[in-house]
Amino acid sequence: MKNYDVVVIGAGPAGLAAACEAYQNGAQKILVVERDKEPGGILNQCIHNGFGLHYFKEELTGPEYAGRFEDMLKKTDAELMLDTMVLQISNDRQVTMMNPRQGCFTVQAGAVVLAMGCRERTRGAIGIPGTRPSGILTAGAAQRYINVEGYMVGKRVLILGSGDIGLIMARRLTLEGAKVLACVELMPYCNGLNRNIVQCLNDYNIPLYLSHTITEIKGKRRVEGATVSEVDENRKPIPGTEKYFDCDTILLSVGLIPENELSRNAGIKIDPRTKGPVVYENMETSIPGVFASGNVLHVHDLVDFVTAESQHAGAAAAEYCKQKTEGKAGSEPCIKMVCGSDIGYTVPQYIRPERIDKSVDVFFRVRRNFSTSSLDVTSGGQKLISYPRGHMAPGEMEHITLPKQLLSKAAGGAITISAKEVQK
Amino acid sequence: MKHLICIVCPNGCHLDIDDENGFKVTGNRCQRGAEYGKTELTNPTRVLTSTVKISSASHRRCPVKTDGPIPKGKLFEAMDVLDNVELKSPVKRGDVVINNILGTGANLIVTKDM
Amino acid sequence: MYDVTVIGCGVIGAGIAYELSHYALSVAVVEKENDVACGTTKANSAIVHAGYDPEPGTKMARLNVEGSNMMEGLCKKLNVFYKRAGSLVIAFDNSDMDILKELLERGKQNGVKNLSILTKEQTLEIEPGLSHEIVGSLYAPTAAIIDPWGLCIAMAQSAVLNGANLFLNSPVEKITDEGGFYRIKAGNNVIETKYIVNAAGTFADKINNMVAKPFFRILPVKGEYYILDKSEGSLVSHTIFQTPGKFGKGVLISPTVHGNLIVGPTADAAEGPEDTSVTAQGLENVMKTALRSDTHVNFRESIRNFAGVRATADTRSDFIIGASPDAPRFVNAAAIKSPGLSSSPAIAKEVRSILESIGLVCEEKDFFTDYRRETLFKLMTAEEKEKALKRNPLYGRVICRCETITEGDIRSVLNGPIPPVSIDGVKRRCNAGMGRCQGGFCGPRVHEILSRERKVPMEEIVQDRADSYLLTGETKMGRMEK
Repeated sequence: MKNYDVVVIGAGPAGLAAACEAYQNGAQKILVVERDKEPGGILNQCIHNGFGLHYFKEELTGPEYAGRFEDMLKKTDAELMLDTMVLQISNDRQVTMMNPRQGCFTVQAGAVVLAMGCRERTRGAIGIPGTRPSGILTAGAAQRYINVEGYMVGKRVLILGSGDIGLIMARRLTLEGAKVLACVELMPYCNGLNRNIVQCLNDYNIPLYLSHTITEIKGKRRVEGATVSEVDENRKPIPGTEKYFDCDTILLSVGLIPENELSRNAGIKIDPRTKGPVVYENMETSIPGVFASGNVLHVHDLVDFVTAESQHAGAAAAEYCKQKTEGKAGSEPCIKMVCGSDIGYTVPQYIRPERIDKSVDVFFRVRRNFSTSSLDVTSGGQKLISYPRGHMAPGEMEHITLPKQLLSKAAGGAITISAKEVQK
Repeated sequence: MKHLICIVCPNGCHLDIDDENGFKVTGNRCQRGAEYGKTELTNPTRVLTSTVKISSASHRRCPVKTDGPIPKGKLFEAMDVLDNVELKSPVKRGDVVINNILGTGANLIVTKDM
Repeated sequence: MYDVTVIGCGVIGAGIAYELSHYALSVAVVEKENDVACGTTKANSAIVHAGYDPEPGTKMARLNVEGSNMMEGLCKKLNVFYKRAGSLVIAFDNSDMDILKELLERGKQNGVKNLSILTKEQTLEIEPGLSHEIVGSLYAPTAAIIDPWGLCIAMAQSAVLNGANLFLNSPVEKITDEGGFYRIKAGNNVIETKYIVNAAGTFADKINNMVAKPFFRILPVKGEYYILDKSEGSLVSHTIFQTPGKFGKGVLISPTVHGNLIVGPTADAAEGPEDTSVTAQGLENVMKTALRSDTHVNFRESIRNFAGVRATADTRSDFIIGASPDAPRFVNAAAIKSPGLSSSPAIAKEVRSILESIGLVCEEKDFFTDYRRETLFKLMTAEEKEKALKRNPLYGRVICRCETITEGDIRSVLNGPIPPVSIDGVKRRCNAGMGRCQGGFCGPRVHEILSRERKVPMEEIVQDRADSYLLTGETKMGRMEK
């Protein structure tokens, strides 16, 4: 069985950054395993702008962003295995994978970085009534057909979900000659970035229906139309508000789900709020030496943060190989991050203060829109610090930086973060 | 007074632009926002990202973009120009496909090695 | 000139064709869709009922029990997923218990083995997650779960391998009695045949009425279902029924042979013989009713909803299987609602027997080879996997990540006697796309493989039935509207 210091599962932006950083931190034998025939992951089909403004201080397209990291990886001596699917990870870090050239084989990893990304929520998961004709697809699948394979998926399109993927596809479809009839969003607010409402919907006069949902799909073989209804505060359709759209395609942009089949089968503890692994401050999961970063850990909005997170994971993986600090799990002092009012989740979920150098970034999402807010960090009922914020939204991942001194003030091994509306 | 959302970066600042007073912009968090506010009301531009046909490559389409913004009104015309492009692999990130597309001053460049 | 033409290639038609192909007969099967198993066969509870439910003395009762006894051996022979998981009909009060006792009696009369009534404690011991409001159950260890379209496809492929001619895309428009034989106009085909078997599902009345006096009408009854993620697949280990009501067996919760959990069905009038739409009300009813049996059913883990249409007859509650009273050499296998799937192998033998009784000479063939479909790579032993990889390295490329289906598996089904023509046809034969992402990841890849191997342009590949196209053309071909 071949041995590697670090095995990275996935060569999308998360895996590429983790591998490069592991190399920079002294890991010598690195293997990056990618199921597709080329690296780059989902960025290969994200041909639009908006990537790299933080990391490169430039606005890049997805393929450009991925390309830069692919070039960085080439400068390391990491092995990149394409067209290879990881089938299993054992809890002592044996990674089993398969490809047409080598068949099925297992390698021993000193450390593993999980970077498998996420999948899209489907129609079945949201139970839209009606028939099941062709022409209903997720925005990501449509994006692949259009941008990578060069095929149009429809002529008259209705988009369900106002997340960025749906908005981006509204523009893409319109530019390629389709008619996008509307974007329909269940919530009373848009899920995607404001800039995308402007440059993807307003630019092309595509109406956005907030607090609406598709209540019936019609069509025998191919989609023929859909009924859209307004919903009340409990998100239940309001009778009498039905609008019928004559469409041949329905694009679903109704959420992303971290892809953790491998993680679950390995026995890694999953956080039901993120649907990704529970991690410590260095992205280590409940299995020592197995780290996670990127969309597999929690769904991100900006790839720049995926890169930063993955660099932490890669560095920690390299560090783990060097020190092999096994058997210490559970014996180190550990602070649990608790979600207070209107906080959906935090990553990391646990912090080991002895491992923090100067400070730790805690990423989180709020559960509703805030116009002017403050983030209160408390422990044992005492307020430790408060960060004033302006606008916050569930669709925009936020973070706070907790200084090391603050961690020592944590009582009862827990720190709570809460979001509060502030009257201006 | 006009109200816009800035699209220059993901922040999406809410801008107020006084179109009767030299397009003075407030609500921006950076200088690019101030410039955007004025331009958007006088001569709106957009970067175009799309694909072109490519042969002898692993996939049939190659992603491209304009290396600078072009007038918003010319986007569809530019898409028509792209319809007639056919690249042949290999191409590199940054290769110029069309110089000065539609006389806008922006070039159409390849965004992926293929 | 064919000896027998079977109209309809669902599980009933496929079973009959399979049975007849064991004999020295020329057999034709006409199917209106572009694939077999496209009707009710692919949209049902996937249960092989033990046989206590039908009224004793009916064809349903006899054929259910016969079919249930034949099923395990048949599935083993053809490599169709089957598991004898057993079933429990649960009771919530004394009147329910009375119904259970009645079912027990019926079952005994019908010849069902090993039926017993369990107490609440005994029931909860073998199914601890069930509602504690139950007072007892009827336990039928012989009930099973099965892959219904897999069975249909397996029997149809074997029939074709052994000489049956399958005409797809051939809806029957007209049948004329030419005196001594029939002429069938089906799609672009004109088929001459001595005998006809009507296995046309929800259209069986329409077919009968082309040659004979109408004597039954199909009233389609829709059943809506949830399929839950595999993470919920072991919520229960038996099929859990509620006591049967006026319209059907009630809402069941069952593991499936694919590892999922199936919950359903409702029983509401369908808007037509092909109304397979799901409704908000129907799904809500399934949810409410199912939660009564087991409060732990987690509908948030739903990966798919679907509906199937039962071919219920207006005038009779029993199967309509018999030689037509007025059309010569015409046999009906109609109104095959539940327990149709369970009875299918027995119905096939019954139909052959009826054909013989009206003059068809059936001489058993000396040679017959079952088409045993290849085991999925993920289910092979380590040794079999190594052999498969050597034989075809494409077994090393996983296409459907959720279900771990390889390109080798897909190529294998593309080489069968009835190769798939659609994305869902591939799914029905090797499970690619059946998982939690519902083809989101593998769909474009299966699409590309189908297009390449069948030498059909991408734009012409369909999702399922004919005209369910996926793509409308290429990009970069000009704009339609500005």
